[in-house]
Amino acid sequence: MSSPGSFGSRRLASALAAVGALALVAGCGSSDGSATGGGKKDGKTVITMGMFGVMGFKESGLLEKYEKENPGVEIKAEIAGDEQTYYTALQTHLAAGNGLKDIQGIEIGRAKEITETQADKFADFSKTPGTDHFLPWKQSQITTKDGKVLGLGTDAGPMAVCYRKDYFAKAGLPTDREQVSKLWAGDWKKYVEVGRTFKKDFKGGKVSYMDSVSGLFNAMVYGYPQQYYNENGDLIYDKNPVVKQAWNLAADAADAGLSAKLRQFQPGWDPGLANGTFATAVCPAWMLSHISEKAGDKNKGKWDVARAPKGANWGGSFLGVTEKSPVKAEAQKLVAWLTAPEQQAYIFKKLGNFPSSKQALERADVKNVTSPYFSNAPIGQIFGAAAQEIPDKQVLGRKDGTIKDTFTQGLALVEQGQSRDKAWKTTAGRIDKAVG
Amino acid sequence: MATSTTNALAGEERAGPPANSPGGKTGRKRSALLHRIDLKGAPYAFVAPFFVVFAAFSFYPLIYTAWISLHHVELATLDSMQWVGFDNYVDLFKDSRFWNALENTITIGVISTVPQLLMALGMAHLLNYRMRASLFFRVASLVPYATSVGAAALVFTMLFERDFGMINWVLGSVGIDPLDWEANKWPAQAAISSIVIWRWTGYNALLYLAAMQAIPAERYEAASIDGASRWKQFTHVTVPGIRSTIVFTIVLSTIGATQLFGEPLIFGQGPNGVTGGADNQYQTLGLLLYEEGWKNYQMGRAATVAWAMFLLLIVVFVAQRLISRLRSRKP
Repeated sequence: MSSPGSFGSRRLASALAAVGALALVAGCGSSDGSATGGGKKDGKTVITMGMFGVMGFKESGLLEKYEKENPGVEIKAEIAGDEQTYYTALQTHLAAGNGLKDIQGIEIGRAKEITETQADKFADFSKTPGTDHFLPWKQSQITTKDGKVLGLGTDAGPMAVCYRKDYFAKAGLPTDREQVSKLWAGDWKKYVEVGRTFKKDFKGGKVSYMDSVSGLFNAMVYGYPQQYYNENGDLIYDKNPVVKQAWNLAADAADAGLSAKLRQFQPGWDPGLANGTFATAVCPAWMLSHISEKAGDKNKGKWDVARAPKGANWGGSFLGVTEKSPVKAEAQKLVAWLTAPEQQAYIFKKLGNFPSSKQALERADVKNVTSPYFSNAPIGQIFGAAAQEIPDKQVLGRKDGTIKDTFTQGLALVEQGQSRDKAWKTTAGRIDKAVG
Repeated sequence: MATSTTNALAGEERAGPPANSPGGKTGRKRSALLHRIDLKGAPYAFVAPFFVVFAAFSFYPLIYTAWISLHHVELATLDSMQWVGFDNYVDLFKDSRFWNALENTITIGVISTVPQLLMALGMAHLLNYRMRASLFFRVASLVPYATSVGAAALVFTMLFERDFGMINWVLGSVGIDPLDWEANKWPAQAAISSIVIWRWTGYNALLYLAAMQAIPAERYEAASIDGASRWKQFTHVTVPGIRSTIVFTIVLSTIGATQLFGEPLIFGQGPNGVTGGADNQYQTLGLLLYEEGWKNYQMGRAATVAWAMFLLLIVVFVAQRLISRLRSRKP
């Protein structure tokens, strides 16, 4: 401070420091809530999408097709593998009002929670033209009490059983899909019985009958209109005989050592598919694309699809548009196009995700779809017939998704050797915590 | 945030000159005034950025977390908070999951910290010898530390994989049955500890090495003249010489162990990571917090876990101070 020069520069520095501090704080508070949303820039419309699993829009090339047909539109899609991780991020973004994409995927297990608690954050589709082609139960799941439609249906999840023909042959079981379907027709118990035979007679190394017993559990539970909640929104999973039956049969399968103890949709599952460590997987339609992708070309033609013992709807999703999106109209138009009958039929042919559009199901080119990967199985007919068996009314509950995940984990405990009663108790305790 | 800025400004005002300040000309008076303001106020302005950031990102969240922990709040409906008083805390201390998580945090902490520091000590001792390419070894020992938790944990998770992991493959080739590392309690905790050990041993070794090099060579000379062996030199010269560094690394590792989160989360992969295994067999306190907040979406209970962790650290700190005070009182 001996010279006036340093005196001045120090004053300047302290002023800058104070201003900088203020700017830091101001910067925190002034985000406009659409940091990752799209927008209009240089005459281009950018639409962002957040999705999970294999919803099929990007994988089938539909997004590129839309971009080509609509010059000036650019679509940026971000895809999370695991739905639970995806939904956690979505919840955080919804709560913060920040980081939301223009279009967000919504899984069926979350539909109730979204319609009950986040209705004001999603745009209404009830007045969008050309959206009256869905299966009757599909759109009601994403409609709020006062008639606001928060999204449009993508796919549905009719069930089948995917199986390895080569392994069935090595266990002396029939390999033809008609005969295999007859092995367990009408009752999931028979599916487990076939497993016992498989385990006893299989020659050719260490191969389990099924990937995980949680698939079996889900398939059984989702075959009934009421699962974890009743129509009043009360939690009834512990009184619902359906849930207990499914639990017990899944536990039987686990105790009999039929499971490869893999965790579906988690990384360990994929090498299991690639290396063929199990012979069957209870597969909703949307799982076909995952199996063919992860099992890879070397297993092409080894897999086949048989009818499930009993119809059920496991999964299926919706696409919603966020209310604050700067390109709301364009995003809604894109969603309407992506979920239109023609595109749903296209995805089914390409990947196997089953249409939730009634009009798409009536198309001849859907009914006649076969899957080259799955030994040319007529998946159009198999899943079409299975879709007829889906209960017309499905009671959804707020925490359906979380409860399903909790049961999956509870069954993993049984697979690891814990008694089913103890595992049930643990699961019930966790559900109590999860529903608050 | 705004408060500390006003404090800084208030500081400048208070630093103003007294009314009867000497000096006739207004120009000189003003210059003196500015000078005083600068002298007294500038330090506040200089430290303001830190305190503003601290207030915005540490103090405010801390207080707000405490406020949330007294409510029932869900992530989906953050704006509707329901007052429940200390119910969340009472429930937490009655909850077996909390004690399980606390126990896991302690056991993983011990089996990761103790071998880690012992190995670091040995490594530092070796690096302290004169040898070829010592710089290479020193840099190499720091590489794991520079690797991100995510990458390291992911690679270790693949190594410990049940069906196709390398460790089970090696075990299999010497005739040992493959182990389901993730599903069993102690193997899982050992695997997670190995990630921590791998990442932090080199870092601690370098800290020890730096301290060792500050020990005067004369002490070793004197010791060897007295006939002390290499081992005696290590235990009687080296270890006492780096005592304060050892204490520092113990404190640092303990804090790190309390907050252990990323490694078990990635190790479990997906839902099992969030709950620390299907049976919570390696759920740490950090993971319990995450499960409450981002699986169950119960923000009130998650905040309660956060505060319980904070209080726990304070209790440990106070206990440590009390013990050291009691010990220092002894003759």
